[in-house]
Amino acid sequence: MIRLAGARTLFYKEVLRFWKVAFQTVAAPVLTAMMYLLIFGHVLQDRVQVFEGVGYTSFLIPGLVMMSVLQNSFANSSSSLIQSKVTGNLVFLLVSPLSHWAWFVAYVGASVVRGLVVGFGVFIVTVWFAPPAFAQPVWIIVFAALGAGMLGALGLIAGLWADKFDQMAAFQNFIIMPMTFLSGVFYSVHSLPPFWLQASHLNPFFYMIDGFRRGFFGTSDVSPWLSLGVVGTAFVVVSAIALHLLKTGYKLRP
Amino acid sequence: MPAVSFQQVEKTYSGARGTFRALDGVSFDIEPGEFFGLLGPNGAGKTTLISILAGLTRPTGGRVTVMGHDVQRDEAAARKSLGIVPQELVFDPFFSVREALRIQSGYFGVRNNDAWIDELLAELGLTDKADANMRQLSGGMKRRVLVAQALVHRPPVIVLDEPTAGVDVELRQTLWAFIARLNREGHTVLLTTHYLEEAEALCHRIGMLRKGQLVALDRTAALLSASASTMLRFKTDQALPPAMAPQARITGRIVQLKARDAADVEGQLAALREAGVKIEDLEIGRADLEDVFVEIMRSGAPAAQAVAA
Repeated sequence: MIRLAGARTLFYKEVLRFWKVAFQTVAAPVLTAMMYLLIFGHVLQDRVQVFEGVGYTSFLIPGLVMMSVLQNSFANSSSSLIQSKVTGNLVFLLVSPLSHWAWFVAYVGASVVRGLVVGFGVFIVTVWFAPPAFAQPVWIIVFAALGAGMLGALGLIAGLWADKFDQMAAFQNFIIMPMTFLSGVFYSVHSLPPFWLQASHLNPFFYMIDGFRRGFFGTSDVSPWLSLGVVGTAFVVVSAIALHLLKTGYKLRP
Repeated sequence: MPAVSFQQVEKTYSGARGTFRALDGVSFDIEPGEFFGLLGPNGAGKTTLISILAGLTRPTGGRVTVMGHDVQRDEAAARKSLGIVPQELVFDPFFSVREALRIQSGYFGVRNNDAWIDELLAELGLTDKADANMRQLSGGMKRRVLVAQALVHRPPVIVLDEPTAGVDVELRQTLWAFIARLNREGHTVLLTTHYLEEAEALCHRIGMLRKGQLVALDRTAALLSASASTMLRFKTDQALPPAMAPQARITGRIVQLKARDAADVEGQLAALREAGVKIEDLEIGRADLEDVFVEIMRSGAPAAQAVAA
Protein backbone atom coordinates (compact mmCIF):
# COMPACT_ATOMS: atom_id res chain seq x y z
CA MET A 1 0.00 0.00 0.00
CA ILE A 2 2.75 2.40 1.10
CA ARG A 3 4.91 1.49 -1.86
CA LEU A 4 1.99 2.09 -4.20
CA ALA A 5 1.45 5.57 -2.72
CA GLY A 6 5.19 6.22 -3.01
CA ALA A 7 5.31 5.17 -6.65
CA ARG A 8 2.27 7.31 -7.37
CA THR A 9 3.97 10.34 -5.82
CA LEU A 10 7.12 9.82 -7.86
CA PHE A 11 5.05 9.40 -11.04
CA TYR A 12 3.14 12.59 -10.23
CA LYS A 13 6.39 14.44 -9.52
CA GLU A 14 7.91 13.27 -12.81
CA VAL A 15 4.83 14.37 -14.79
CA LEU A 16 4.70 17.70 -12.94
CA ARG A 17 8.38 18.23 -13.68
CA PHE A 18 7.97 18.20 -17.47
CA TRP A 19 4.57 19.86 -17.36
CA LYS A 20 5.98 22.88 -15.51
CA VAL A 21 8.33 23.45 -18.42
CA ALA A 22 5.88 22.31 -21.12
CA PHE A 23 6.99 25.07 -23.45
CA GLN A 24 10.35 23.36 -23.68
CA THR A 25 9.28 19.73 -23.23
CA VAL A 26 6.06 19.66 -25.28
CA ALA A 27 5.73 22.77 -27.47
CA ALA A 28 9.32 22.70 -28.74
CA PRO A 29 9.27 19.11 -30.06
CA VAL A 30 5.86 19.73 -31.65
CA LEU A 31 7.31 22.74 -33.48
CA THR A 32 10.34 20.69 -34.61
CA ALA A 33 8.11 17.98 -36.04
CA MET A 34 6.04 20.58 -37.84
CA MET A 35 9.20 22.01 -39.42
CA TYR A 36 10.17 18.56 -40.72
CA LEU A 37 6.72 18.16 -42.19
CA LEU A 38 6.69 21.59 -43.80
CA ILE A 39 10.10 21.16 -45.41
CA PHE A 40 10.21 17.48 -46.34
CA GLY A 41 6.50 17.29 -47.10
CA HIS A 42 6.62 20.31 -49.36
CA VAL A 43 9.77 19.27 -51.20
CA LEU A 44 8.95 15.59 -51.60
CA GLN A 45 5.15 15.58 -51.86
CA ASP A 46 5.12 15.15 -55.67
CA ARG A 47 8.34 13.14 -55.95
CA VAL A 48 7.97 10.24 -53.57
CA GLN A 49 5.21 7.73 -53.25
CA VAL A 50 5.70 4.93 -50.75
CA PHE A 51 2.32 3.19 -50.48
CA GLU A 52 -0.28 2.99 -53.27
CA GLY A 53 -2.65 5.92 -53.07
CA VAL A 54 -0.96 7.50 -50.06
CA GLY A 55 0.59 10.94 -50.55
CA TYR A 56 4.06 11.56 -49.12
CA THR A 57 2.78 14.04 -46.53
CA SER A 58 0.19 11.55 -45.31
CA PHE A 59 2.90 8.87 -45.17
CA LEU A 60 5.27 11.13 -43.26
CA ILE A 61 2.86 12.21 -40.50
CA PRO A 62 2.66 8.92 -38.56
CA GLY A 63 6.44 8.58 -38.79
CA LEU A 64 6.95 12.05 -37.36
CA VAL A 65 4.40 11.40 -34.62
CA MET A 66 6.14 8.17 -33.61
CA MET A 67 9.60 9.72 -33.83
CA SER A 68 8.43 12.46 -31.45
CA VAL A 69 6.91 9.89 -29.10
CA LEU A 70 10.15 7.91 -28.99
CA GLN A 71 12.54 10.84 -28.64
CA ASN A 72 10.50 12.52 -25.92
CA SER A 73 9.95 9.35 -23.91
CA PHE A 74 13.68 8.84 -23.91
CA ALA A 75 14.36 12.47 -23.10
CA ASN A 76 12.02 12.48 -20.11
CA SER A 77 13.48 9.74 -17.95
CA SER A 78 17.06 10.31 -19.06
CA SER A 79 17.14 14.07 -18.54
CA SER A 80 15.26 13.90 -15.25
CA LEU A 81 17.71 11.36 -13.84
CA ILE A 82 20.87 13.03 -15.07
CA GLN A 83 19.70 16.41 -13.76
CA SER A 84 18.91 14.94 -10.37
CA LYS A 85 22.27 13.20 -10.30
CA VAL A 86 24.29 16.24 -11.33
CA THR A 87 22.47 18.65 -9.01
CA GLY A 88 22.47 16.10 -6.19
CA ASN A 89 18.75 16.18 -5.46
CA LEU A 90 18.45 12.47 -6.30
CA VAL A 91 19.37 12.01 -2.64
CA PHE A 92 15.73 12.78 -1.71
CA LEU A 93 14.71 9.70 -3.63
CA LEU A 94 17.65 7.57 -2.53
CA VAL A 95 16.82 8.02 1.18
CA SER A 96 13.17 7.08 0.55
CA PRO A 97 11.84 3.55 0.97
CA LEU A 98 10.75 3.32 -2.70
CA SER A 99 11.49 -0.07 -4.25
CA HIS A 100 13.21 -0.55 -7.60
CA TRP A 101 9.79 -1.41 -9.06
CA ALA A 102 8.39 1.92 -7.85
CA TRP A 103 11.28 3.80 -9.50
CA PHE A 104 10.79 1.88 -12.72
CA VAL A 105 7.01 2.26 -12.92
CA ALA A 106 7.12 5.97 -12.05
CA TYR A 107 9.97 6.99 -14.36
CA VAL A 108 8.80 4.88 -17.30
CA GLY A 109 5.14 5.80 -16.72
CA ALA A 110 5.90 9.54 -16.76
CA SER A 111 8.03 9.05 -19.89
CA VAL A 112 5.13 7.31 -21.62
CA VAL A 113 2.85 10.21 -20.66
CA ARG A 114 5.29 12.78 -22.04
CA GLY A 115 5.83 10.76 -25.23
CA LEU A 116 2.11 10.39 -25.83
CA VAL A 117 1.34 14.04 -25.03
CA VAL A 118 3.99 15.22 -27.50
CA GLY A 119 2.89 12.63 -30.07
CA PHE A 120 -0.70 13.77 -29.75
CA GLY A 121 0.42 17.40 -30.11
CA VAL A 122 2.38 16.59 -33.27
CA PHE A 123 -0.61 14.74 -34.66
CA ILE A 124 -2.96 17.65 -33.95
CA VAL A 125 -0.78 20.25 -35.69
CA THR A 126 0.18 18.07 -38.65
CA VAL A 127 -3.24 16.62 -39.35
CA TRP A 128 -4.19 19.85 -41.13
CA PHE A 129 -1.59 19.11 -43.80
CA ALA A 130 -3.20 15.85 -44.91
CA PRO A 131 -6.43 14.10 -43.93
CA PRO A 132 -5.73 11.28 -41.50
CA ALA A 133 -6.78 7.66 -41.92
CA PHE A 134 -7.28 5.17 -39.11
CA ALA A 135 -7.34 1.78 -40.80
CA GLN A 136 -6.47 -0.34 -37.74
CA PRO A 137 -6.40 2.02 -34.73
CA VAL A 138 -5.53 -0.67 -32.18
CA TRP A 139 -2.01 -0.87 -33.63
CA ILE A 140 -1.63 2.88 -33.21
CA ILE A 141 -2.27 2.62 -29.48
CA VAL A 142 -0.28 -0.58 -28.95
CA PHE A 143 2.87 0.60 -30.75
CA ALA A 144 2.77 4.12 -29.34
CA ALA A 145 2.49 2.82 -25.78
CA LEU A 146 5.05 0.01 -26.18
CA GLY A 147 7.51 2.21 -28.04
CA ALA A 148 7.20 4.97 -25.46
CA GLY A 149 7.64 2.42 -22.68
CA MET A 150 10.76 0.95 -24.24
CA LEU A 151 12.35 4.35 -24.82
CA GLY A 152 11.38 5.45 -21.31
CA ALA A 153 13.17 2.39 -19.93
CA LEU A 154 16.14 2.99 -22.23
CA GLY A 155 16.26 6.58 -20.96
CA LEU A 156 16.30 5.24 -17.43
CA ILE A 157 19.34 3.08 -18.27
CA ALA A 158 21.09 6.01 -19.96
CA GLY A 159 20.28 8.26 -16.99
CA LEU A 160 21.72 5.74 -14.56
CA TRP A 161 24.82 5.17 -16.66
CA ALA A 162 25.74 8.76 -17.54
CA ASP A 163 27.66 10.79 -14.97
CA LYS A 164 27.77 13.99 -16.98
CA PHE A 165 25.58 15.86 -19.44
CA ASP A 166 28.02 15.28 -22.32
CA GLN A 167 27.83 11.50 -21.86
CA MET A 168 24.07 11.79 -22.08
CA ALA A 169 24.35 13.92 -25.20
CA ALA A 170 26.61 11.26 -26.73
CA PHE A 171 24.06 8.53 -25.96
CA GLN A 172 21.35 10.63 -27.55
CA ASN A 173 23.35 11.71 -30.60
CA PHE A 174 25.17 8.47 -31.38
CA ILE A 175 22.54 5.88 -30.47
CA ILE A 176 19.04 7.33 -30.30
CA MET A 177 19.25 9.76 -33.23
CA PRO A 178 20.76 7.34 -35.80
CA MET A 179 18.35 4.60 -34.77
CA THR A 180 15.33 6.88 -35.21
CA PHE A 181 16.49 8.34 -38.51
CA LEU A 182 17.38 4.90 -39.91
CA SER A 183 14.02 3.46 -38.94
CA GLY A 184 11.94 4.56 -41.89
CA VAL A 185 10.42 7.74 -40.52
CA PHE A 186 11.02 9.57 -43.79
CA TYR A 187 10.92 6.67 -46.25
CA SER A 188 9.98 3.04 -46.70
CA VAL A 189 12.98 0.85 -45.96
CA HIS A 190 12.24 -0.97 -49.22
CA SER A 191 13.59 2.05 -51.06
CA LEU A 192 17.01 1.51 -49.42
CA PRO A 193 19.99 -0.36 -50.97
CA PRO A 194 20.10 -4.06 -49.87
CA PHE A 195 22.72 -3.56 -47.14
CA TRP A 196 20.81 -0.78 -45.40
CA LEU A 197 17.57 -2.68 -45.87
CA GLN A 198 19.12 -5.60 -43.96
CA ALA A 199 20.54 -3.25 -41.34
CA SER A 200 17.15 -1.64 -40.84
CA HIS A 201 15.65 -5.01 -40.02
CA LEU A 202 18.01 -5.23 -37.02
CA ASN A 203 16.74 -1.92 -35.69
CA PRO A 204 13.83 -2.27 -33.25
CA PHE A 205 12.83 1.34 -33.99
CA PHE A 206 11.98 0.25 -37.54
CA TYR A 207 9.36 -2.19 -36.21
CA MET A 208 7.88 0.47 -33.91
CA ILE A 209 7.38 2.90 -36.75
CA ASP A 210 6.26 0.27 -39.23
CA GLY A 211 3.71 -1.17 -36.80
CA PHE A 212 2.51 2.28 -35.80
CA ARG A 213 2.05 3.28 -39.44
CA ARG A 214 0.12 0.07 -40.05
CA GLY A 215 -2.57 1.44 -37.74
CA PHE A 216 -3.08 4.41 -40.05
CA PHE A 217 -2.84 2.88 -43.52
CA GLY A 218 -3.52 -0.82 -43.04
CA THR A 219 -0.33 -1.64 -44.97
CA SER A 220 3.22 -2.02 -43.73
CA ASP A 221 6.66 -3.25 -44.74
CA VAL A 222 6.46 -6.27 -42.43
CA SER A 223 3.64 -8.03 -40.59
CA PRO A 224 2.41 -6.08 -37.55
CA TRP A 225 2.60 -9.29 -35.53
CA LEU A 226 6.30 -9.60 -36.28
CA SER A 227 6.69 -5.94 -35.26
CA LEU A 228 4.74 -6.57 -32.08
CA GLY A 229 7.00 -9.54 -31.27
CA VAL A 230 10.19 -7.56 -31.84
CA VAL A 231 9.04 -4.43 -30.01
CA GLY A 232 7.54 -6.46 -27.15
CA THR A 233 10.76 -8.45 -26.74
CA ALA A 234 12.85 -5.27 -26.87
CA PHE A 235 10.64 -3.69 -24.20
CA VAL A 236 10.96 -6.72 -21.92
CA VAL A 237 14.75 -6.94 -22.37
CA VAL A 238 15.37 -3.22 -21.83
CA SER A 239 13.00 -3.17 -18.83
CA ALA A 240 14.72 -6.18 -17.29
CA ILE A 241 18.10 -4.45 -17.61
CA ALA A 242 16.72 -1.20 -16.13
CA LEU A 243 15.13 -3.07 -13.21
CA HIS A 244 18.32 -5.00 -12.57
CA LEU A 245 20.38 -1.78 -12.49
CA LEU A 246 17.89 -0.17 -10.12
CA LYS A 247 17.80 -3.22 -7.87
CA THR A 248 21.57 -3.49 -7.61
CA GLY A 249 21.90 0.28 -7.12
CA TYR A 250 24.19 0.62 -10.17
CA LYS A 251 26.01 3.98 -9.82
CA LEU A 252 23.30 5.01 -7.35
CA ARG A 253 24.51 3.36 -4.16
CA PRO A 254 28.28 2.85 -4.57
CA MET B 1 17.18 -2.45 21.15
CA PRO B 2 19.48 0.42 20.14
CA ALA B 3 18.08 3.09 17.82
CA VAL B 4 21.14 2.80 15.61
CA SER B 5 23.75 0.06 15.71
CA PHE B 6 27.03 0.03 13.80
CA GLN B 7 28.74 -3.36 13.92
CA GLN B 8 32.28 -3.71 12.55
CA VAL B 9 31.46 -1.38 9.65
CA GLU B 10 34.11 -1.32 6.94
CA LYS B 11 34.30 0.60 3.71
CA THR B 12 37.10 0.34 1.21
CA TYR B 13 37.18 2.36 -1.98
CA SER B 14 39.16 0.80 -4.81
CA GLY B 15 40.33 3.13 -7.52
CA ALA B 16 43.04 3.58 -10.11
CA ARG B 17 45.36 5.00 -7.45
CA GLY B 18 44.98 2.02 -5.14
CA THR B 19 42.60 1.25 -2.32
CA PHE B 20 41.47 3.59 0.41
CA ARG B 21 40.03 2.41 3.71
CA ALA B 22 37.43 5.00 4.62
CA LEU B 23 36.08 3.00 7.56
CA ASP B 24 38.03 0.40 9.45
CA GLY B 25 35.80 -1.68 11.70
CA VAL B 26 33.64 0.96 13.35
CA SER B 27 31.28 -0.33 16.07
CA PHE B 28 29.01 1.58 18.41
CA ASP B 29 25.34 1.88 19.35
CA ILE B 30 23.10 4.90 19.80
CA GLU B 31 20.32 4.39 22.33
CA PRO B 32 16.75 5.55 21.72
CA GLY B 33 16.25 9.18 22.76
CA GLU B 34 19.96 9.93 22.76
CA PHE B 35 21.51 13.09 21.27
CA PHE B 36 24.73 11.69 19.84
CA GLY B 37 27.60 13.67 18.35
CA LEU B 38 29.94 12.18 15.78
CA LEU B 39 33.11 14.22 15.47
CA GLY B 40 36.26 13.95 13.45
CA PRO B 41 38.43 15.94 11.09
CA ASN B 42 37.64 16.12 7.36
CA GLY B 43 38.19 12.75 5.73
CA ALA B 44 37.81 10.82 9.00
CA GLY B 45 34.85 8.87 7.59
CA LYS B 46 31.88 10.63 9.20
CA THR B 47 29.95 11.20 6.00
CA THR B 48 30.78 7.71 4.72
CA LEU B 49 29.37 6.22 7.93
CA ILE B 50 26.20 8.30 7.61
CA SER B 51 25.88 7.41 3.92
CA ILE B 52 25.98 3.72 4.84
CA LEU B 53 23.35 4.33 7.53
CA ALA B 54 21.12 6.07 4.97
CA GLY B 55 21.62 3.39 2.30
CA LEU B 56 23.42 5.84 -0.01
CA THR B 57 26.57 3.74 0.08
CA ARG B 58 27.06 0.04 0.72
CA PRO B 59 29.51 -1.12 3.36
CA THR B 60 32.35 -3.44 2.34
CA GLY B 61 31.86 -5.28 5.62
CA GLY B 62 29.86 -5.22 8.82
CA ARG B 63 26.25 -4.46 9.57
CA VAL B 64 24.16 -1.39 10.37
CA THR B 65 20.66 -1.40 11.83
CA VAL B 66 18.12 1.37 12.45
CA MET B 67 15.43 0.56 15.03
CA GLY B 68 16.39 -3.08 14.55
CA HIS B 69 16.06 -3.00 10.75
CA ASP B 70 19.13 -3.96 8.73
CA VAL B 71 19.87 -1.10 6.30
CA GLN B 72 20.67 -3.54 3.51
CA ARG B 73 18.31 -6.48 3.96
CA ASP B 74 15.31 -4.56 5.32
CA GLU B 75 16.06 -1.26 3.65
CA ALA B 76 12.50 0.08 3.31
CA ALA B 77 11.78 -0.24 7.05
CA ALA B 78 15.21 1.15 7.94
CA ARG B 79 14.80 4.19 5.67
CA LYS B 80 11.34 4.91 7.03
CA SER B 81 12.85 5.14 10.50
CA LEU B 82 15.46 7.68 9.38
CA GLY B 83 15.34 11.35 8.50
CA ILE B 84 18.57 12.58 6.94
CA VAL B 85 19.62 16.20 6.52
CA PRO B 86 22.33 15.96 3.88
CA GLN B 87 25.50 18.01 4.08
CA GLU B 88 25.23 19.41 0.54
CA LEU B 89 22.75 22.20 -0.07
CA VAL B 90 20.67 20.31 -2.66
CA PHE B 91 17.20 21.18 -3.95
CA ASP B 92 14.87 20.43 -6.83
CA PRO B 93 14.53 23.65 -8.85
CA PHE B 94 11.18 22.65 -10.38
CA PHE B 95 9.13 22.89 -7.20
CA SER B 96 7.97 25.25 -4.48
CA VAL B 97 8.74 24.61 -0.82
CA ARG B 98 5.32 23.13 -0.14
CA GLU B 99 5.43 20.95 -3.26
CA ALA B 100 8.86 19.65 -2.29
CA LEU B 101 7.59 18.72 1.17
CA ARG B 102 4.41 17.07 -0.13
CA ILE B 103 6.44 15.06 -2.64
CA GLN B 104 8.94 13.95 -0.01
CA SER B 105 6.06 12.97 2.27
CA GLY B 106 4.49 10.97 -0.56
CA TYR B 107 7.70 8.99 -1.14
CA PHE B 108 7.30 7.71 2.40
CA GLY B 109 3.67 6.81 1.79
CA VAL B 110 2.38 9.63 4.01
CA ARG B 111 -0.45 11.41 2.22
CA ASN B 112 -2.65 14.27 3.48
CA ASN B 113 0.20 15.43 5.67
CA ASP B 114 -0.48 19.17 5.43
CA ALA B 115 -1.06 19.74 9.15
CA TRP B 116 2.44 18.47 9.98
CA ILE B 117 3.94 20.23 6.95
CA ASP B 118 2.42 23.53 8.18
CA GLU B 119 3.84 22.93 11.63
CA LEU B 120 7.29 22.22 10.20
CA LEU B 121 7.12 25.38 8.08
CA ALA B 122 6.14 27.44 11.13
CA GLU B 123 8.78 25.91 13.42
CA LEU B 124 11.51 26.54 10.88
CA GLY B 125 10.37 30.06 9.97
CA LEU B 126 9.37 29.07 6.44
CA THR B 127 5.65 29.84 6.47
CA ASP B 128 5.89 32.92 4.25
CA LYS B 129 8.14 31.04 1.82
CA ALA B 130 5.80 28.06 1.42
CA ASP B 131 4.82 28.94 -2.14
CA ALA B 132 8.18 30.32 -3.22
CA ASN B 133 10.16 28.32 -5.75
CA MET B 134 13.21 26.59 -4.27
CA ARG B 135 15.48 28.58 -6.61
CA GLN B 136 14.40 31.88 -5.05
CA LEU B 137 15.48 30.93 -1.53
CA SER B 138 18.71 32.00 0.13
CA GLY B 139 21.20 29.37 1.27
CA GLY B 140 19.96 29.49 4.85
CA MET B 141 16.34 29.08 3.74
CA LYS B 142 17.28 26.12 1.55
CA ARG B 143 18.97 24.56 4.57
CA ARG B 144 15.74 24.92 6.56
CA VAL B 145 13.82 23.19 3.78
CA LEU B 146 16.31 20.31 3.90
CA VAL B 147 15.60 19.96 7.62
CA ALA B 148 11.84 20.02 6.97
CA GLN B 149 12.20 17.40 4.21
CA ALA B 150 14.07 15.11 6.56
CA LEU B 151 11.35 15.38 9.21
CA VAL B 152 8.29 15.23 6.97
CA HIS B 153 7.58 11.55 7.70
CA ARG B 154 8.19 11.93 11.47
CA PRO B 155 11.16 9.56 11.63
CA PRO B 156 12.19 8.27 15.09
CA VAL B 157 15.88 8.78 14.21
CA ILE B 158 17.13 12.12 12.86
CA VAL B 159 20.56 12.43 11.27
CA LEU B 160 22.08 15.86 10.75
CA ASP B 161 25.28 15.91 8.71
CA GLU B 162 26.98 19.26 9.33
CA PRO B 163 23.64 21.09 9.41
CA THR B 164 25.07 24.43 10.49
CA ALA B 165 27.96 24.72 8.03
CA GLY B 166 27.75 28.25 6.62
CA VAL B 167 24.52 29.05 8.45
CA ASP B 168 23.82 32.32 10.25
CA VAL B 169 23.38 32.63 14.00
CA GLU B 170 19.61 33.06 13.87
CA LEU B 171 19.00 29.85 11.95
CA ARG B 172 21.42 27.97 14.16
CA GLN B 173 19.42 28.96 17.21
CA THR B 174 16.03 28.23 15.58
CA LEU B 175 17.31 24.89 14.36
CA TRP B 176 18.78 23.78 17.68
CA ALA B 177 15.72 24.84 19.61
CA PHE B 178 13.57 22.74 17.29
CA ILE B 179 15.88 19.72 17.24
CA ALA B 180 16.21 19.85 21.03
CA ARG B 181 12.41 19.85 21.29
CA LEU B 182 12.18 16.80 19.01
CA ASN B 183 14.85 15.11 21.10
CA ARG B 184 12.91 15.81 24.30
CA GLU B 185 9.85 14.30 22.61
CA GLY B 186 11.78 11.07 22.14
CA HIS B 187 13.49 11.36 18.76
CA THR B 188 17.02 10.02 18.58
CA VAL B 189 19.47 12.50 17.06
CA LEU B 190 22.79 11.80 15.39
CA LEU B 191 24.78 14.93 14.66
CA THR B 192 28.05 15.52 12.89
CA THR B 193 29.49 18.97 13.16
CA HIS B 194 32.67 20.98 13.01
CA TYR B 195 31.38 23.36 15.67
CA LEU B 196 32.59 21.68 18.82
CA GLU B 197 30.83 24.11 21.14
CA GLU B 198 27.56 22.96 19.56
CA ALA B 199 28.41 19.34 20.16
CA GLU B 200 29.44 20.10 23.75
CA ALA B 201 26.22 21.98 24.42
CA LEU B 202 23.83 19.51 22.75
CA CYS B 203 25.18 15.98 22.76
CA HIS B 204 24.76 13.49 25.59
CA ARG B 205 27.43 11.28 24.15
CA ILE B 206 30.21 11.73 21.66
CA GLY B 207 32.09 9.47 19.31
CA MET B 208 35.25 10.58 17.55
CA LEU B 209 36.50 9.18 14.27
CA ARG B 210 40.03 9.41 13.08
CA LYS B 211 41.21 7.86 9.79
CA GLY B 212 38.19 5.56 9.69
CA GLN B 213 38.55 4.31 13.25
CA LEU B 214 36.59 5.13 16.36
CA VAL B 215 39.14 6.67 18.72
CA ALA B 216 36.84 7.92 21.48
CA LEU B 217 33.37 7.07 22.67
CA ASP B 218 31.99 8.39 25.91
CA ARG B 219 29.54 10.67 27.63
CA THR B 220 30.40 14.29 26.85
CA ALA B 221 30.97 15.10 30.53
CA ALA B 222 33.26 12.09 30.98
CA LEU B 223 35.34 13.03 27.94
CA LEU B 224 35.78 16.53 29.32
CA SER B 225 36.77 15.39 32.79
CA ALA B 226 39.14 12.70 31.53
CA SER B 227 41.10 15.31 29.67
CA ALA B 228 43.64 17.65 31.21
CA SER B 229 41.30 19.76 33.23
CA THR B 230 43.05 23.11 33.16
CA MET B 231 43.90 25.26 30.17
CA LEU B 232 46.12 28.30 30.19
CA ARG B 233 45.14 30.81 27.50
CA PHE B 234 46.91 34.05 26.58
CA LYS B 235 47.87 36.25 23.66
CA THR B 236 51.38 37.02 22.50
CA ASP B 237 53.25 38.31 19.49
CA GLN B 238 56.44 36.48 20.37
CA ALA B 239 57.68 32.96 19.77
CA LEU B 240 57.34 30.48 22.64
CA PRO B 241 60.39 28.82 24.22
CA PRO B 242 61.36 25.75 22.14
CA ALA B 243 60.53 23.34 24.97
CA MET B 244 56.99 24.70 25.23
CA ALA B 245 56.02 25.20 21.58
CA PRO B 246 55.22 21.54 20.70
CA GLN B 247 52.59 21.30 23.47
CA ALA B 248 50.89 24.56 22.61
CA ARG B 249 47.82 25.07 20.45
CA ILE B 250 48.32 28.32 18.58
CA THR B 251 45.52 30.15 16.75
CA GLY B 252 46.84 33.45 15.42
CA ARG B 253 47.97 35.38 18.51
CA ILE B 254 46.13 33.09 20.91
CA VAL B 255 48.16 30.41 22.64
CA GLN B 256 46.60 27.59 24.69
CA LEU B 257 48.61 25.37 26.95
CA LYS B 258 47.52 22.32 28.88
CA ALA B 259 48.20 22.29 32.62
CA ARG B 260 47.72 19.51 35.18
CA ASP B 261 47.23 21.74 38.24
CA ALA B 262 48.00 25.10 39.77
CA ALA B 263 51.69 24.28 40.26
CA ASP B 264 51.96 23.37 36.61
CA VAL B 265 50.38 26.70 35.66
CA GLU B 266 52.89 28.51 37.82
CA GLY B 267 55.78 26.60 36.28
CA GLN B 268 54.66 27.44 32.77
CA LEU B 269 54.23 31.12 33.57
CA ALA B 270 57.69 31.17 35.12
CA ALA B 271 59.17 29.55 32.02
CA LEU B 272 57.50 32.17 29.84
CA ARG B 273 58.78 35.00 32.01
CA GLU B 274 62.27 33.54 31.94
CA ALA B 275 62.22 33.34 28.15
CA GLY B 276 61.13 36.99 28.05
CA VAL B 277 57.78 36.27 26.35
CA LYS B 278 55.37 39.14 26.91
CA ILE B 279 51.82 37.92 27.37
CA GLU B 280 48.39 39.64 27.46
CA ASP B 281 44.82 38.65 28.36
CA LEU B 282 45.83 35.71 30.51
CA GLU B 283 43.00 33.27 31.34
CA ILE B 284 43.03 30.03 33.26
CA GLY B 285 40.03 27.85 32.51
CA ARG B 286 38.54 24.42 32.18
CA ALA B 287 39.34 22.40 29.04
CA ASP B 288 36.53 22.41 26.49
CA LEU B 289 35.59 19.83 23.91
CA GLU B 290 37.89 21.41 21.38
CA ASP B 291 40.86 20.80 23.68
CA VAL B 292 39.80 17.18 24.14
CA PHE B 293 39.31 16.78 20.41
CA VAL B 294 42.73 18.17 19.56
CA GLU B 295 44.34 15.98 22.19
CA ILE B 296 42.68 12.81 20.92
CA MET B 297 43.38 13.59 17.26
CA ARG B 298 47.03 14.26 18.05
CA SER B 299 47.68 11.00 19.85
CA GLY B 300 48.59 8.39 17.25
CA ALA B 301 46.83 5.34 18.68
CA PRO B 302 43.17 5.19 19.64
CA ALA B 303 42.56 6.39 23.18
CA ALA B 304 41.96 2.88 24.48
CA GLN B 305 40.43 3.82 27.79
CA ALA B 306 38.04 6.29 26.15
CA VAL B 307 36.78 3.64 23.71
CA ALA B 308 36.43 1.03 26.44
CA ALA B 309 34.25 3.39 28.47
